[in-house]
Amino acid sequence: MCLLITLLAAVISTIVWYVNAPKRQLGLGTLSLMYWGAALMWTVDGFFRVAEGEPFLDLSVNDALLGLLIVICGLVAWLLILLYNDPKKVFKTFQFKN
Amino acid sequence: MACFLAPAAEAIIVSVIKKNEQRKEEVALKNEVAASATTTSETGIPWSRKLSWLTRMLWGGVFLLAIEHIWHGEVVPWPPFLTAMNNPADIQPMLMEILTVGGTMVLFVTAVWYVMTLVADRIYQKSDVLATSEK
Repeated sequence: MCLLITLLAAVISTIVWYVNAPKRQLGLGTLSLMYWGAALMWTVDGFFRVAEGEPFLDLSVNDALLGLLIVICGLVAWLLILLYNDPKKVFKTFQFKN
Repeated sequence: MACFLAPAAEAIIVSVIKKNEQRKEEVALKNEVAASATTTSETGIPWSRKLSWLTRMLWGGVFLLAIEHIWHGEVVPWPPFLTAMNNPADIQPMLMEILTVGGTMVLFVTAVWYVMTLVADRIYQKSDVLATSEK
C-alpha cells in the first residue's frame, strides 16, 4: 500500500506541476521528483521481495498508514525547501516593513 | 535493513558533480557573452539541470526510505543508528542488502533518469524546430 500511495502522490504532484508549468515558483517539480524517486526505489524493493517468495505489495493497514506518513513527510520537506528558498520573497518584504 | 545507503552515496557524488557542472556552465556563459553575441542560442537542456533532476529523485527517495526504515525500527536516532549493527550476525546480511537491493535501486533510478533526459532532449529539440519553422 505504501508503494501505491506514493505512486499516487507522484502522479498527482506531476499533474499539478504540469498544470502550473512553465511557472516554477512553487517548486512542484521537486515534490514530484521526490515521490517518483521513492516509488522507483520501493518498486525495486518489491521485486526483491517477490524473489524471496513474499508478495510484491503489502496491503496491510500498517503499510497504508506508513504510506500516508510518507506523503505527509514529503509535503513537509517540500514546504521547508519552499520556505527556505522563498521564491515570492515574502520574508524579504518583512525586512522593508520593519 | 539499510538499502537506502547506496542511493545516498550516489546522491552525494551526483550533487558534487552537479555543483562542478553548474560552475563550468556559469563560466562558459560569461565567456560566451563577453566574446560575442552571435552564438547565443542554446543547443539543449544544460547538464546541471538534468543532474538536478537526478539529485532531487535520489535525495527525495533516500529521505522517504529513511522514514520507512525508522517506522520499521531499522534506523534509530542513537549510535550506531542501524539496529543491524547491534548484532554481529546481522552485519553481513545488511552489507549484502546494501550491495544487492541498494545497488539495483541506484541502477534503476539512474536508468529511468537517463531515459527521462533523452525524452526531454527530444521534446526540447522538437519544440525548437517548431518555433523556428513558425518564424
